[in-house]
Amino acid sequence: MPLTLETRDLTIRFGGHVAVNNVSCTFRPGELTAIVGPNGAGKTTYFNLISGQLRASGGSILFDGIDITQHSAPMRTRAGLGRAFQLTNLFPNLSVEENVRLAVQAASGTHYDMLRPWMVRRDLIARADSILDQVALGSRRGVTATALSHGDQRKLEVALMIALEPKVFMFDEPTAGMSIDEVPVVLKLIAQLKQDRSKIILLVEHKMDVVRSLADRIIVLHNGQLVADGPPAEVIASPIVQEAYLGVAPKTAESVG
Amino acid sequence: MMILSGDPPKSRVLTLVLVLIILALAATPFLFPGAKALNVAAKICVFAALVASYDLLLGYTGTVSFAHTMFYGIGSYAIAIALYGMGPNWAAVATGIVTGLPLAALLALAIGLFSLRVAAIFFAMITLAVASAFQVLASQLSWLTGGEDGRSFRLPELLRPGTVLIPKDMFGVEINGRILTYYLVFAGSALMILALLRVVNSPFGRVLQAIRENRFRAEALGFRTVFHLTYANCIAALVAASAGILNALWLRYAGPDTSLSFSIMLDILLMVVIGGMGTIYGAVIGATIFIVAQNYLQSLMGVASKAADEAGLPLLPGLLHPDRWLLWLGLLFIASVYFFPTGVVGRLRYGGGKKTAGPSH
Repeated sequence: MPLTLETRDLTIRFGGHVAVNNVSCTFRPGELTAIVGPNGAGKTTYFNLISGQLRASGGSILFDGIDITQHSAPMRTRAGLGRAFQLTNLFPNLSVEENVRLAVQAASGTHYDMLRPWMVRRDLIARADSILDQVALGSRRGVTATALSHGDQRKLEVALMIALEPKVFMFDEPTAGMSIDEVPVVLKLIAQLKQDRSKIILLVEHKMDVVRSLADRIIVLHNGQLVADGPPAEVIASPIVQEAYLGVAPKTAESVG
Repeated sequence: MMILSGDPPKSRVLTLVLVLIILALAATPFLFPGAKALNVAAKICVFAALVASYDLLLGYTGTVSFAHTMFYGIGSYAIAIALYGMGPNWAAVATGIVTGLPLAALLALAIGLFSLRVAAIFFAMITLAVASAFQVLASQLSWLTGGEDGRSFRLPELLRPGTVLIPKDMFGVEINGRILTYYLVFAGSALMILALLRVVNSPFGRVLQAIRENRFRAEALGFRTVFHLTYANCIAALVAASAGILNALWLRYAGPDTSLSFSIMLDILLMVVIGGMGTIYGAVIGATIFIVAQNYLQSLMGVASKAADEAGLPLLPGLLHPDRWLLWLGLLFIASVYFFPTGVVGRLRYGGGKKTAGPSH
C-alpha cells in the first residue's frame, strides 16, 4: 500500500478563534502539494498540527494508516514527518556542520551513545558534509549558525530536514527573504526531491511563480478553511481563489501577478 | 588525544595552566609538606570533579539544579554510615558505594522524569525543594546520620595515617596511608573528569548542547529531550555522589556542613562561573582558584594588613584585616564575572571577543 498522509476534519481553536477549521485532505506520494492562502489563513498552523508542534482541538491525522493525532513531535519525526520551519529555527551557537550532524545523528537512531567521542562516527560526519554540499553550504561548515546570512540560514534549515531522510517533506516558505540568486538553489533541491516518487512533499509558498513551476496540486486555505483543491491551472483560475487570495490580501497579489 | 575525547584545551596558556595545576596536585605530598597543603589539594581534586559534573548540567544542557549538594551528600553519608556501622573494613566501603551510587542515580532519575518535561524554572524549584527536604531529613534522622554532628568514622587499616607503606629514607617523605588516600582521591577525580569529558564530546553530549541551544528544534529532529536531560541529570548525580564518597573518605567524616549545606551549592556555582561554563576544563580552573583563595587569601591578607600597619598607612590595615576576606572574595568574584563573562577558560580560548563556536571544532 502506498504511503498516505491524511487529515480528517482537522480543527484547532485558540479561545474563540478557529485557526484551522475542519480541514480534510489526503496527500499522496509523488505529488507536490502547494498550500496557498493569504496571511493568517492558517497554513503554518496546519503544518504545526501535522508535524506535532500543536495538538488538534478536533479531527484526526492519519499517517501510513496510523492515527498519529496524539503523538508527540519527536515521535512523528521518527515516523518520517520532516519539517523545515518558516522562522529559521537552528542551533545558533553550534557550527553549521554540527547542526546537520545532529539531524543525521537523529535519523541514524544514535540518541544515547555517550561512550565514544563523536568524531569516531565518520559515517555521520561524511553524510552531514555531503548534505551541506547539496545545499551549497560546504564552504561554510565550520561557521556558527548565527554567523550565516539569512539566505544561508534558510538553506541550513532545509538541510536539517533533508538530513532526517523523511517520508514527508514539509517546506514552510523555504525561499522567504532569500535574495534572487539564492532562490534557484532551493528550488532545484525541491525539484530533485520530487523526482523520488515515493515522497510526499508539502509546500507553503507565497510566490506564485514558484508554486506554478513546482506544484502538481494546489490547496487553498482561507480563514482556516479549505476552499479549493485541484491542479494548479484550475485552482488559480477559480473565482473563489481570485476572490479569497487576490481580494483579501492585496499585498500578496503582487507576487501572484 | 583520545583520552581527552578529541576536545583538547585549545589554547596554549590554558594547556600550560592545566598542566601546572595537575602536576602540582600530583606532587603535593612531596612539594608542599604539611597537613594544610594536602587538605587543600584534596579539596581541589574533589571539587574539580564535583564542579565538572555540575557543568554537565548547567553548561551543557542549560538546566539549573539546586540539588547537586544533595547527591554529594548522599555519597558522603552512604560511606560514612557504612563505615560507622560496619566498622573500618573494605566490605563497609563497598557497601557504602553500592548503596550510595544507585540511590543517587534513582533519585536523579525520579526528579528528572517528574520535572524535566516542563519549563526549566520548575525543575530548579523542584530541586530546591527536594534538597531542602533532604537537608532537614539528614539532621532529623540523628540515629542514622548523627544529626548536626554528623558521623566520624575510621578508615580501613591500609588508608590510615599510621600505616607506613614506604619509609621516609626512600623519597624523603614517608608514604603512609594518608598519602595513599590522597592519591585515591586524585585518581578518582581525574578519572571522573575524563569520563565527563567523554560524555560531553559523545554524540549524546552533542544532543545535550542542541537542547541547550534550542530544545524545540531538538524535539523536531526526533530527540526525546526529557530522556536526554534525565540521563544527564543521573550522570551528574553519580559523579557528585562519587565525589562525596571521596570527600568523606578524605575527611573521615560526613556532616551537614561539609556535604549538604547550601553554601557549598553556592561555591559550586561560583566555581563553574569563574572557570567557564560548558567547558569541563573550567571546573579544574574554577575549583583551584576558588579553593586556593578560600584557604590562603585570609593569611595573605593578614600579612598584607600587618605590613600596611607597620608602614603607617591609613585605612588599608582595616580594609585588609583577615576578617574582611569574604569581602575581597566577593569583589574578586564580581571582577571575574565582569572581566571574564565566559569564565577563565572562555577568555583564554576565544580571547576578549564574543564567544564563538562554543566547544565545537
